[in-house]
Amino acid sequence: MILTAVCRSARCTYDQGVIDRDQVLHVARLARLALTDEEIERMSGELPAILEHVERMNELDLDGVEPTSHVVALENVLRADEPRPSWERDRILDGAPDPSGGAFRVPSPQA
Amino acid sequence: MSVPSGYEAVIGLEIHVQLSTQTKMFCGCALSFGDQPNVHTCPVCLAHPGTLPVVNERAVRYALQIALALGCEVAPRSIFHRKNYFYPDSPKGYQISQYDIPLAANGSLAGVRIHRVHLEEDAAKMVHLGESGRIHGSAASLVDFNRGGTPLVEIVTEPDLHDPGEARQWAQLLRTTVEQLGVSDVNMEEGSLRCDANVSIRPPGAEELGTKTELKNMNSFRFLERGIAAELERQASVLEAGGEVAQETFHFDPRTGSLTPLRSKEYAHDYRYLPEPDLVPLAPTEQMLREAREALPELPDQRRRRYEAEFGVPEVTARQLAFDAELGTYFEGALEAGDGVEPSVIANWVTGDLAAARRHFGADGREVAPAHLVAVARMVVEKRITHASGREVLDALVDPGSSIGDPEEVVESRQLAAVSDSSELEAIVERAIEAEPAAAEKVRSGNPKAIGPIVGAVMRETKGRADGGEVTRLIREKLGAA
Repeated sequence: MILTAVCRSARCTYDQGVIDRDQVLHVARLARLALTDEEIERMSGELPAILEHVERMNELDLDGVEPTSHVVALENVLRADEPRPSWERDRILDGAPDPSGGAFRVPSPQA
Repeated sequence: MSVPSGYEAVIGLEIHVQLSTQTKMFCGCALSFGDQPNVHTCPVCLAHPGTLPVVNERAVRYALQIALALGCEVAPRSIFHRKNYFYPDSPKGYQISQYDIPLAANGSLAGVRIHRVHLEEDAAKMVHLGESGRIHGSAASLVDFNRGGTPLVEIVTEPDLHDPGEARQWAQLLRTTVEQLGVSDVNMEEGSLRCDANVSIRPPGAEELGTKTELKNMNSFRFLERGIAAELERQASVLEAGGEVAQETFHFDPRTGSLTPLRSKEYAHDYRYLPEPDLVPLAPTEQMLREAREALPELPDQRRRRYEAEFGVPEVTARQLAFDAELGTYFEGALEAGDGVEPSVIANWVTGDLAAARRHFGADGREVAPAHLVAVARMVVEKRITHASGREVLDALVDPGSSIGDPEEVVESRQLAAVSDSSELEAIVERAIEAEPAAAEKVRSGNPKAIGPIVGAVMRETKGRADGGEVTRLIREKLGAA
């Protein structure tokens, strides 16, 4: 499902079982994945197979069928606006690879 | 600042309002501003595996109030979506927002149509360290997740604004409206109200819209107006040079007042929206809607119309009073205290002389109780003091260097009471005519404008405590020029 959405919104002009190299790279970039040439090659073949599988839904007559956004028949699951203790900062930062001054230090995304 | 000549500007706004709930949108962490970094976080707002979001009930209520105040239709059933993007300010790798079925749509405020109103969560705050980072001068950023997950309402207008000043005024009205609802701090500098603009130009009368650009990060109303004006100029010069406007996003830098284009890679609008499987639909019940409706106070635009219709206050004054929450509350208080004094007279004192006195003394100025303002206005109406003296009394009440807090006392201690005894005034007028024989002669021989020096003499003698109209009348009478 995620892949179809990825490819749909990535405007992959998915056509006859072909996803070209640029489309694979585009999707990989969105997920910040560095793919080797070999992987790009393999994905170009695997992604269309997944899409084809989902495409089979188009064979059904779904006119007038409400899209399902959730499989559980529940609505309005709400929580009272009452504060609960946050976690200790040390505990939160325990798993951070490079904490600094109480913050998570990360490589600059602008670089 | 206006629109470049020969073009029509088309402007739409996108406003983000941080809701002033106790806790975040999807977890029980307290909201905060200016605290130590990462002291209001938990596994939910840090997106630890296995955690689940639960919607804050008050955030929904506040969002419904905003939607209703903007005259929107509330969707019987709306759903949340994941807006996917990869950036350190979003630990989940997506923002929970709303997409094809927003909470509410199709509203309007003061003639500007509202396209949609939806709920979402704020991102974390990042501080970019530039090149001073740790590894071989590589740039680094610090991430503080206190803000991450703060409830936001996004309000999107239709492109119904046509002038930078109009956009600013409208945004201010929106701010006052949200402020009156009491659902947000609406502080632009602190980021609890943020405003982006979509801007394009076209030849007047053209049907088709020009290519629009997006302006982000304008953190004051002044910058909003200035940023839009600058972008309109830029687009006009591109067209004048025979070029085409490219669809771009600009970041406004408040320090330099300039617009910098964001590199295309940074804003690849490819969000791969997915229905949020961790949240069930939101279907506001009749009770929720009724409660939201009942919680609505009188809104600024309604208030403006009421001031115009009921009190005959001119539109400009009505706007000033109604669109500034603080001033409006003050005016309402003065009306309550103002039995007998015309509301339009009170309105003029509030927006005119009181506002001037406040500006003059700035932040140090003392507060004037609404009842005291009304007392001053009444003394002037009843001609117990002149208008100029009234102004002096207000100044004395605001002046932080003065200790008198009662208008009557000011009048007494400064001897501002109008010379109302007509025999006293007559005597003063007679002396003034004797002191200015040349002017008196001219008035006698039919030159009414020559009266100035005589009036001046009376005012000097009475220290401005005589009513100007009455003085003129008396002088003319005495000189047989009435």
